[in-house]
Amino acid sequence: MASAPQKMTIAKALNAGMRAAMEADPKVVLLGEDIGKLGGVFRITEGLQKDFGEDRVLDTPLAESGIMGTAVGLALRGYRPVVEIQFDGFVYPAFDQIISQVAKMHYRSQGHLKLPMVIRIPYGGGIGAVEHHSESNEAYFAHTAGLRVVTSSTPEDAYWMIQQAIASDDPVVFYEPKRRYHERGEVELGDSAPLALNDAVVRAEGSDLTLVTYGPMVKTALIAAQAAEAEGTSVEVVDLRSLSPLDRPTILDSVVKTGRAIVVHEAQTFLGMGAEVAALIQQEAFYHLEAPVLRVGGYNIPYPPSRHEEVFLPDIDRILDAVDRSLAY
Amino acid sequence: MSDDVVAPVDTAAPATHEPPARDITDGGPEMVQFLDAEGNRVPVTEANSAYAEFIQDVDGEELRALYRDLVLVRRVDAEGHALQRQGELGLWPSLLGQEAAQVGAGRAMRAQDYAFPGYREHGVAWCKGVDPVNLLGMFRGVNHGGWDSNENNFHLYTIVIGNQMLHAAGYALGVQKDGLVGSGDADRDTAVMAFTGDGGTAQGDYNEALVFASVAHSPVVFFVQNNHWAISEPNEKQFVIPPYQRARGFGIPGVRVDGNDVLATLAVTRAALDRARSGQGPTLIEAFTYRMGAHTTSDDPTKYRIAAEVDIWKKKDPIDRLRKHLVAQGLADDEWLAELEAEADELALRIRTACQQMPNPPHEDMFENVYVDPHPLVERERDEFVAYQASFEED
Ligand SMILES: Cc1ncc(C[n+]2csc(CCOP(=O)(O)OP(=O)(O)O)c2C)c(N)n1
Repeated sequence: MASAPQKMTIAKALNAGMRAAMEADPKVVLLGEDIGKLGGVFRITEGLQKDFGEDRVLDTPLAESGIMGTAVGLALRGYRPVVEIQFDGFVYPAFDQIISQVAKMHYRSQGHLKLPMVIRIPYGGGIGAVEHHSESNEAYFAHTAGLRVVTSSTPEDAYWMIQQAIASDDPVVFYEPKRRYHERGEVELGDSAPLALNDAVVRAEGSDLTLVTYGPMVKTALIAAQAAEAEGTSVEVVDLRSLSPLDRPTILDSVVKTGRAIVVHEAQTFLGMGAEVAALIQQEAFYHLEAPVLRVGGYNIPYPPSRHEEVFLPDIDRILDAVDRSLAY
Repeated sequence: MSDDVVAPVDTAAPATHEPPARDITDGGPEMVQFLDAEGNRVPVTEANSAYAEFIQDVDGEELRALYRDLVLVRRVDAEGHALQRQGELGLWPSLLGQEAAQVGAGRAMRAQDYAFPGYREHGVAWCKGVDPVNLLGMFRGVNHGGWDSNENNFHLYTIVIGNQMLHAAGYALGVQKDGLVGSGDADRDTAVMAFTGDGGTAQGDYNEALVFASVAHSPVVFFVQNNHWAISEPNEKQFVIPPYQRARGFGIPGVRVDGNDVLATLAVTRAALDRARSGQGPTLIEAFTYRMGAHTTSDDPTKYRIAAEVDIWKKKDPIDRLRKHLVAQGLADDEWLAELEAEADELALRIRTACQQMPNPPHEDMFENVYVDPHPLVERERDEFVAYQASFEED
């Protein structure tokens, strides 16, 4: 039953999505540091412990490997754990569990075991934080077979994708663009998601060039596209949404149409998502290309002190500069 | 019953899910204390008797010096907090309430002893001679650690909880390999100290560090500041058996000390460092204290803790109690206390000015020190970056 769309932030949409999933399935349990009374440091789980109890919303000890390994056990026992990692830079203590166990259990067991779990990670920079609080480490996980990796850039996606991730029988790494948590947008609280979890979506139509992006950079890319439009260049913006698997048809259709592509993300470019997308495009749409696929991303340095953020993170100018370079071919 | 005093496990009784009643203000009879909350010297107890010798030499002058440390460290912290509120810092983790734990530990260390801090150890940094101004850079976002760790044997702050515990174990292993323990030479024998909070004791790294250090009998002292909260989680979410008792399970001595009593932390830490330097291996100290403020300036503790708890701990304030003691002993009068206040004001002003004047680093600096040897990718990106920035200036 469709209801009127509601305006809400990405943060509230995630909260509403988890609430819906918890109401629909008593096996959904949340685990993480400070997610109970505090509602998480970003308040994404606010009110859920109050309403679902401490048995379903667990404040865990401060130990990420512990959280992840315990979630594996819970999932083996038929629960659907949703784990919150407090910040991107704190997922590494759990890295071994995720890479060695979470990703491979279904494969190793020849399909007998399933790990329907979600690993929520607030990621990216631009909030003036100290080190380890601004990283974009999606490529590590996207590189690992057995994991699905997704990210949402709008409240509507946040609301639906978190539910789809929880409903998925595969483990899903769910990246939340932390600097966009308070962006507002309309959410259609209908019966089912408008898009499948694996689908990319065209956020803005254009004919001269395609910006392929995701997560926190979608908004930046859309603003850059508008600016380009004002200068007479028609830019299409593709929001990947799913980083693994990639929605190849949506990416390729767009690039075949425009003949030019630039991949934009916050993460360091070397061996980042942009490398994969560029390789895909060059392999599959070579004869349609008017220019080499370009990448705009973080520099290949550790995430710098926050006073450098404004120049480290791709901004509108850097995207437009790449647009110019692409058009110059 | 205090949550931290653990009843023997009755294996015949069915395990219950009920957590023990929580009295977080009582460290129990095993806690070492020399100054009570009123500033009175605590008579000899079973817990403190072994440590009295370690503060025998603390005379009036040294007591006053400890008091000065406490007051100045609190002021450094207050200034950090204020600077954050005024937008000069992005974040500040306050040590309010933990001054005595850190000054006691810090002053017990010798110059050659090496410290591995978390991110709240401003008091230890002070004792190790790190200029407080240098602590600000990281929280201002101009660097990831603005001091040379080897200058004062004080490592960079560690944000990832627990990581530094293993570094300390490894450093101590190195000290041991270098043969710098057990000679009896006070200037030569060396120990290492690692600092973490009660939440940190849950991490794998913490537990692995205890295993490594205990197995190797390394000269390291693990100093857990049990300030009762890990952001919003009370420490009963981190452990059932308190850290000082768990130490025994790793085969090393554990001692709980009143972390709001600077004399007690000094004594206990001196004893542990002596053990370490003389080659008798690691010790775990649990400083029983309280985080009076928010976790950091980004945190709102009213969401999860009751004010009454804070009020109880206000009465245990580490600075008030030493002042009462000094005054009662005739070691401090109004004039001396006022002079100290003035010194604190001056320090605060110096920090404030230095913070406000701390320049933003040139952006191309962010490409420095990624590698030791030249790295073509980083160099190319730096050059491209510089050229790109210059293109704006031309416009
Ligand atoms: C590995 C890791 N996970 C999560 C965090 C986020 N975090 C920062 S401080 C903190 C609580 C630390 O509590 P505790 O160890 O008791 O030390 P305290 O801050 O109370 O001194 C958490 C969860 C982190 N810094 N590192």
